[in-house]
Amino acid sequence: MSTAEQEAITIRRVTPWWRLLPRDKFALVAACWMVVLFACFLLGPELFGKAATAINLRARNLAPGSLENGWLMILGGDALGRSILARLIVASRNTMTIALTAVILAMLAGGALGMIAGYIGRGVGQIIMRFADVLQSFPSLLLAVVVLYVLEPSVTNLIIVLSITRLPIYLRVTRAEVMEVRERVFVDAARALGGGRFHILRRHITPVVAPTLLTILTVDFSIVMLAESSLSFLGIGIQPPEITWGLMVAQGRNYLSQAWWLAFFPGLAIMLATLSGNILSNWLRIVSDPEQRWRLETVGQDKRKPEKQGQGAGGRTDG
Amino acid sequence: MAKFLGTRVLHSGIALIGLILAVFFLVRLTGDPTDLYLPIDASLETRKEFAHKHGFDRSAVEQFLVFLKDVSQGDLGYSLRKQRPAMELVLEAYPTTLRLAGVAMTLSIALAIVVGSIAAYRPGGVFDRISSMASLAGASAPDFWIAITGILLFAVTFRWLPTSGVGGIEYWVLPIVVLMLRPFGLMVQVVRASMLGALSSAYVKTARAKGVGESAIIFVHALRNAGLSVITVAGDLTVGLINGAVIVETVFGWPGVGKLMIDSVIQRDFPTVQAAVMVTAMAIFLLNIVIDLLYVALDPRIRHQ
Repeated sequence: MSTAEQEAITIRRVTPWWRLLPRDKFALVAACWMVVLFACFLLGPELFGKAATAINLRARNLAPGSLENGWLMILGGDALGRSILARLIVASRNTMTIALTAVILAMLAGGALGMIAGYIGRGVGQIIMRFADVLQSFPSLLLAVVVLYVLEPSVTNLIIVLSITRLPIYLRVTRAEVMEVRERVFVDAARALGGGRFHILRRHITPVVAPTLLTILTVDFSIVMLAESSLSFLGIGIQPPEITWGLMVAQGRNYLSQAWWLAFFPGLAIMLATLSGNILSNWLRIVSDPEQRWRLETVGQDKRKPEKQGQGAGGRTDG
Repeated sequence: MAKFLGTRVLHSGIALIGLILAVFFLVRLTGDPTDLYLPIDASLETRKEFAHKHGFDRSAVEQFLVFLKDVSQGDLGYSLRKQRPAMELVLEAYPTTLRLAGVAMTLSIALAIVVGSIAAYRPGGVFDRISSMASLAGASAPDFWIAITGILLFAVTFRWLPTSGVGGIEYWVLPIVVLMLRPFGLMVQVVRASMLGALSSAYVKTARAKGVGESAIIFVHALRNAGLSVITVAGDLTVGLINGAVIVETVFGWPGVGKLMIDSVIQRDFPTVQAAVMVTAMAIFLLNIVIDLLYVALDPRIRHQ
């Protein structure tokens, strides 16, 4: 490698993620959709709370696609003539709250337990791992069904149950990463300089483990959303008058042959949200992987110059 | 090798026992089933008799000791709901679920291997992009929604398939497709990723240099090595498949173990829940051992340890 080339590599700055996002069309659309969902989550119930509960018997099972009854009826009306669009927007808060809180809780608890299992002690570690085995050796949905019958099915309990069923993933990943990182030189150095266990875990190990956990979090968001919808669909999750998308599908199921849109649109909402989550997590995985990042960095650049790609691949070493 | 298998069996065994313990005490926290099974005007004596007959008047620990004694004699108690041995109910429901899960899993593994391998052969190509999108959509789809949309479309509107029930091959189409979606979607991604790794490895280059045909390279050289991660994921997905089976059995009215378990939990039929959980956990325990054995068979590094 000539010195000039080397210079070019060191000077070249890492493309920030917000400039990489527009280069993947699917990821961009998914991110935009997530922003829309987040806006619904933040403002939905305040803006559309009234419209979502306003009963209009003349619009019972109103077919979608007509604007005669106002734009809120664009997706049709439900069995009581309430706007499906408004209900979807309002239900987004419960759906997103449950999914987001459950994955974050699972990540924090799983991460903490994983660090203990991977760094503190072998004995405690063994107990923690067997606990993870128990959770993983049984279908999560059935476990949730049993636990939700002990506890009352409420938003809080649903969050607790879902986060427990997702916990083993974070636990195992954290433990594996911690056991690898603890052998590295910088950890040895910190220990030699007199750093305590918690100091090392917090300042030296957490920053290395965190990106991996965040990537899993985005996949898990979709998985948890699906799990919550399934539970609500089976009638053991959220109970009316609270609504989530899964419960809306369950309620619409009774009118399937007369009014398909009652069950169709909430299901579509779930599907689009989980799909966006999965697309974003795929994108995130590529961005955070130095061996693949160049695929995005070179998109949209001049493709006639093949050496561009070489430069991108070289640039990844400092990325 | 023996040590590897021994540890694995020990760990799965501990998990099995932990699970049975947890479920036994958890279901007893769900409330007293006496009220559910006796008429409202039942006298105190009838209630006491009912509780005594099923052992609910004793403490949970005592109940557990009795349960252990019965289990060691092969007795898992009577179903409160059906007045029949719980084990009988579970074993009646099991073949349905096993057939459903077996067909869905075999089909999705086979399809995923073909699709994933072709996609990995030309990464970034048209087929790769289409299959990536399709597998992502499959993994993201809410199965209950796909199930009822499928019923609406193919059973109600077009009348090609029956809406629900058990019978000939036409009854199998919708449940199998719904059940396959998620495992297929996830597995395609796994196969593709591990095939990508395998195809760019040195031994594939060596095989090419020797003049081995392309299909032999994909399906013999690369796939055999990609197989390990596929097996790991397939094992996890099979456990997850039971989640899907619960939904599919409920929506399509199949008398499988998933539906039995949901119904039993809702009606507080403890013995049936326990029996169903135990049989399921045992099945998963055996599955894990089979997967470990496959590992040993496929990976010489473990075999020669």
